Amino acid sequence: MSPDAPDKAALPSGPHDIGGLPAGPVDRAEHDTAHWEWQIDAMLRLAMQKGALTDFAELRDGIERLTPKDYEKLSYYERWARSLASALLKKGVVSSSALQDKIDEIRERQASRR
Amino acid sequence: MTGPRYRPGQRVRIAARTPAVHHRVPAYVKGKVGTIERVCGKHGEPERHAAGKSLVLRRLYRVRIAQQELWDGYQGAPQDKLDVEIFEHWLEDEV
Repeated sequence: MSPDAPDKAALPSGPHDIGGLPAGPVDRAEHDTAHWEWQIDAMLRLAMQKGALTDFAELRDGIERLTPKDYEKLSYYERWARSLASALLKKGVVSSSALQDKIDEIRERQASRR
Repeated sequence: MTGPRYRPGQRVRIAARTPAVHHRVPAYVKGKVGTIERVCGKHGEPERHAAGKSLVLRRLYRVRIAQQELWDGYQGAPQDKLDVEIFEHWLEDEV
């Protein structure tokens, strides 16, 4: 192939693959990490220590499989949570019914506090 | 252990494929030509890590690409460049 040949159109590999596309200004505002975000971080490290996930690349893979709509909508640690949950479901570490039960339990707890 | 396939100064083209798994090659460098800046040792292949497979070490290179090669109608200085680290299995000979 000659160096002057037109570039093969390289398809974006997921919703994250946006380098060079038009975008707005970067939000440089500092923000605190919420307690639940530390908890997600801790859960990921625990899952890796226990061998449920072998590498950060596995977490990245799950994040890159989000739909563009979800990827856009979710915050940084929300993407982590979604990816970690799908990895643990796929590997059978957590069952979908156990996850749903826990989500319901937390929703009820939050509702009763209001 | 075999030596590096490429040496500093050699021209390479970054492969223009898109596997359906996490890989550390952004779309905007795929198919582009650059020069090997240095050899960065061996590291675990991200595609295998991403799929939860066992570790396979791959040679990593720092590849230097002219900004003019990356972006159509680039307005900056002609010597502007990007250094990006790319694994050997993503590099093709470019002569």
